[in-house]
Amino acid sequence: MTEALCDLAGSELATKIAGGEVSATEVVESSLERIEAVDDEIHAFLTRTPEVALERAAELDAHRGSGAPQHAVAGIPLALKDVLATMGIRTTCGSLILENYLPPYESTAWARLSGHGSVLAGKTNCDEFAMGSSNENSAYGPVRNPWDLERVPGGSSGGSAAAVAAGEVVWALGTDTGGSVRQPASLCGVVGLKPTYGLVSRYGLIAFASSLDTVGTITRSVRDAAVLLGAMAGKDHRDATSLDEDVPDYLAGLEEGVDGLRVGVVAEAFGEGVEPGVRDSVRASVDRLANLGASVGEAALPHAEYTLPAYYLIAPSEASSNLARYDGVRYGYRAEGGTDSIDMMFRTRGEGFGPEVKRRIMLGTYALSAGYYDAYYGQAQKVRTLIIRDYEKAFADFDVLVSPTSPTTAFRVGEKVDDPMAMYLNDIFTIPANLAGVPAISVPCGLDDAGLPIGLQLTAPVLGESVLFRTAHSLERDLGLVLRPPLLAGV
Amino acid sequence: MAVEIDIDHVARLARLALTDEEKAQLRSQLALILEHAAKVGEVAAEDVPPTAYAIPRANVYREDTPEPSIPQGEALANAPEREDGRFKVPRIVEADR
Repeated sequence: MTEALCDLAGSELATKIAGGEVSATEVVESSLERIEAVDDEIHAFLTRTPEVALERAAELDAHRGSGAPQHAVAGIPLALKDVLATMGIRTTCGSLILENYLPPYESTAWARLSGHGSVLAGKTNCDEFAMGSSNENSAYGPVRNPWDLERVPGGSSGGSAAAVAAGEVVWALGTDTGGSVRQPASLCGVVGLKPTYGLVSRYGLIAFASSLDTVGTITRSVRDAAVLLGAMAGKDHRDATSLDEDVPDYLAGLEEGVDGLRVGVVAEAFGEGVEPGVRDSVRASVDRLANLGASVGEAALPHAEYTLPAYYLIAPSEASSNLARYDGVRYGYRAEGGTDSIDMMFRTRGEGFGPEVKRRIMLGTYALSAGYYDAYYGQAQKVRTLIIRDYEKAFADFDVLVSPTSPTTAFRVGEKVDDPMAMYLNDIFTIPANLAGVPAISVPCGLDDAGLPIGLQLTAPVLGESVLFRTAHSLERDLGLVLRPPLLAGV
Repeated sequence: MAVEIDIDHVARLARLALTDEEKAQLRSQLALILEHAAKVGEVAAEDVPPTAYAIPRANVYREDTPEPSIPQGEALANAPEREDGRFKVPRIVEADR
């Protein structure tokens, strides 16, 4: 098929809209048509909002007629992962326990984008409460990878990544607690950014693990990631952990190239368990960065083997506390037949949560319980310190670090669903950035023998988003990949 | 190190009603995960301080200006049951269990 408007990058569309070449309505219609055409197969959306989107687009078109300048996100269709609160629009977190929840407030990330004219096309499917790496933990059924419908899109922001890859929207927001933006971006052949912890407000991000949760972007170009981040980053008094920093112009240095940039290849990230196709593709991309003038060396994160154990104590511990609020009293599902309030709460949670969420609540409850707290949670917090120190040492020698985003390309639906430990290994390269609070981005760097996308991860020091964008943009331009899922040939 | 977990005790703390099948599965899965997670003890030495937040903040204040709070009707709108402007729950006194 020929490219539709919804297949273009956001930055291109913004230029076309500003120049009067196309209207916001035409762009939004193109996106809505694509959703109609492919989403019954992909299942990226839990809630579609076509009426709201068209109304908003018409407003923007009328407003632009008056000659007022508009933001670069204005009129561009966007999807939000269904853990970001949207006022009056169903927000389920992929869980039965919030099946009919209508938030009485907006998440800050969305409120800011909306204020700039962003157009919401719908809420995307995800692993329940963002816990998972394959989207198979959604209470509403899995998302399918547009590159191969028999395979997972990754998770937990799998709906957002699949929707962007298939052109259902131009870009999307996801959330990243241990890799939930970067890993699905990698598996779907799109760009996924996890910003520095605290750079984007968590207000209205329904909490999973509060010290790790971040709002990130999923886009089809690095430039688009820079545009979206710039439009939503910055201090928010509603989130006490939000950083009080000026937001730089992320587009300013985008074209500066990588000449003289110190690139550290993470030695630990090319060992056992990494598919040869992934390893070779990432290595080849590192060579390209060297050809572009970067100085490449080997970096070490010596505590890498402790990241997964630390994460699977810290994240479930925080989750067990955060998810205590689902008690069938103030919002959400309530089980029938409880003999008293406490019994009602037991039943509500037993019926409302899925297996992975229960597993993590139990794990966290155990790790925080009397007699075990010091041995598990306390020790994990010390490991977190060691991982932060590893990064500090590495960033003394390097400006950015390179690794694969995920050890494998997209795996088959059902392949790892009964083996939690195998599933958790998907996030082995993405989790360290969450523990250390540093920013990281996944960019497509090739396809494997089966034609499935491979992602390369770049990591920078705290608030180093500009260097991430600059490096990722250089690589993206040099590779010049044309990434179009075969599914779209038949649309 | 094999980890023995009192699943009933942990489920009580978490207020989760679990079926026998779920308990059996969780008992073995959690033991496996915790055995792996216990590796943190290998390197977490006495002199390493714990980290709760990678980028710590302290004493975060905002201007003490009054803002409207959420109207009662909206705050109650998602409640499974409500009555006279309040959340309604089953009886509080515990039944014999």
